Amino acid sequence: MNAMFRGKGWSFGFRTTIMLYFIILIVLPIIGIYTQSFSLGWTPFWESVSDPLAWKSVLLTVKLALIATILNMLLGTMIGWVLIRYRFPGRRLLNSLVDLPFALPTAVGGLMILLLLGPNSLVGGLAGKAGIEIVFHEPAIVIAMLFVTFPFVIRAIQPLLEEMDKSEEEAAYTLGATRAKTFFSVIFPTMLPGILSGAMLAFSRGLAEFGAVVLVAGNIPGKTLIASVYIFGEIESNNPQGAAAVSVLLLTLSFLILWTVNLIQARRNGQ
Amino acid sequence: MMRRLWITLTYIVFALLLVAPLVKIFTGSWADGWSGFAEGITRPESLHALMMTGIIVVVVTALNTVFGIMLALYLVRAEWIGRRLKRLLNSLVDLPFAVSPVIGGLMIVLILGPNTVIGTLFEDAGFKIVYALPGMILATLFVTFPLMVREVMPVLQEIGAQQEEAASTLGAYSWYTFWKVTWPSIRWGVIYGVVLTVARSLGEFGAVLVVSGNIMNKTQTATTLVYQDVENFNVVAANGIALVLAAFSVGLLLLMEWAKKRKEVH
Repeated sequence: MNAMFRGKGWSFGFRTTIMLYFIILIVLPIIGIYTQSFSLGWTPFWESVSDPLAWKSVLLTVKLALIATILNMLLGTMIGWVLIRYRFPGRRLLNSLVDLPFALPTAVGGLMILLLLGPNSLVGGLAGKAGIEIVFHEPAIVIAMLFVTFPFVIRAIQPLLEEMDKSEEEAAYTLGATRAKTFFSVIFPTMLPGILSGAMLAFSRGLAEFGAVVLVAGNIPGKTLIASVYIFGEIESNNPQGAAAVSVLLLTLSFLILWTVNLIQARRNGQ
Repeated sequence: MMRRLWITLTYIVFALLLVAPLVKIFTGSWADGWSGFAEGITRPESLHALMMTGIIVVVVTALNTVFGIMLALYLVRAEWIGRRLKRLLNSLVDLPFAVSPVIGGLMIVLILGPNTVIGTLFEDAGFKIVYALPGMILATLFVTFPLMVREVMPVLQEIGAQQEEAASTLGAYSWYTFWKVTWPSIRWGVIYGVVLTVARSLGEFGAVLVVSGNIMNKTQTATTLVYQDVENFNVVAANGIALVLAAFSVGLLLLMEWAKKRKEVH
């Protein structure tokens, strides 16, 4: 870099601007939210967090995000595998479609789910007759989370499968291993780091999701109110300290996950 | 046999989870015919919301592209940042990915809102941040920050610094070095980053909703208008805007594919 910007004054000004931009935009707000939640001391923080509606919303979010993540691991592993290993008509198209949830506004995603599964739709009507409630209940939230986190696991395992050395697999076959055995002893271990880091990302995205969920959840306190919608409600009802307290809970959880993902990736790169 | 089964299953998942919703948006906005759709998107509030989204996308993409490339260059090449500090900064870049957009918006309200010291200072100077365009831009900048940095950094790491150093020791002008040596190799990464940033800022909802206050004809964006329409049970109108947004997203998706292919070739 020194080589790139020789002029001393120039380079100093440049560095300072970029670093200030970074710190003011990213670091400062996060410090701000931690200080705000403890601004009135430990007791109000504890009161905000121990409000039954607050911790119920956090627990519900964790539970539903976990379900969505597990579904994602299963579907993602299958699809990642199929898209890399098999050649079939439409493969390229499907492979491009994987990124759709990243390109589509989450509010639009929520609206789509509402239209498809809502009480006036074909599926919603059928499910309603069968006594299954989808929209404005937990299943819809899981579907919304599944939709927005869909690409993570697939995109995490695809490069691993592409890099994989085929000779190991072939060796296992020639040594007489069955297909299933080869899969679980040779292929699956290769995919595992990808599945895990993809799942972690999907989980933290699921915890944070707002746009898609708020439209389909019905947001009934204590029942289908997830944490990010709870925080939004607290802001709307002019209780920034309460909102900040629950945010800190959610943020700390997400940071731990992100940190674990980084650790996994650093270890993999180190090997 | 197994192969058949897996491929069929994959098709089913795609059809149910991705294709069906997308088709529904297209058919849904025609539920009341052409006039319903046209009415939905030519309402004054729709046009205003689309304009706000347009402004935000342009400003945010421009700022984050420039700053993102520079920061990526520093984080990979700079010798004046220690190794430890570099690693710390590097992990901080990803923070916005871990922060719920609602929380991202809340942070800006907490620091720059009308009840805060900085907020009052700006307001006295006649410059409104929260519940106005600057706050919405800030919120979107925050949310999209990592995208460009994360696209450019791996390319820079891969190509190494030798070429740049060679060009510099030969006495080449620094900007010249950047354009002639660095830029050609990071170009496709940057374009991919731009597409991702446009997509994300076009679709940003949670952070903008909190910061903007969602005031019709003032701070409403396309996504927050969709939300308001749904809340008001005006689904056909919501559908019209959603269709416009979805059409943009599909276009962006095609661009992404194109950029990705170019990125792999170069």
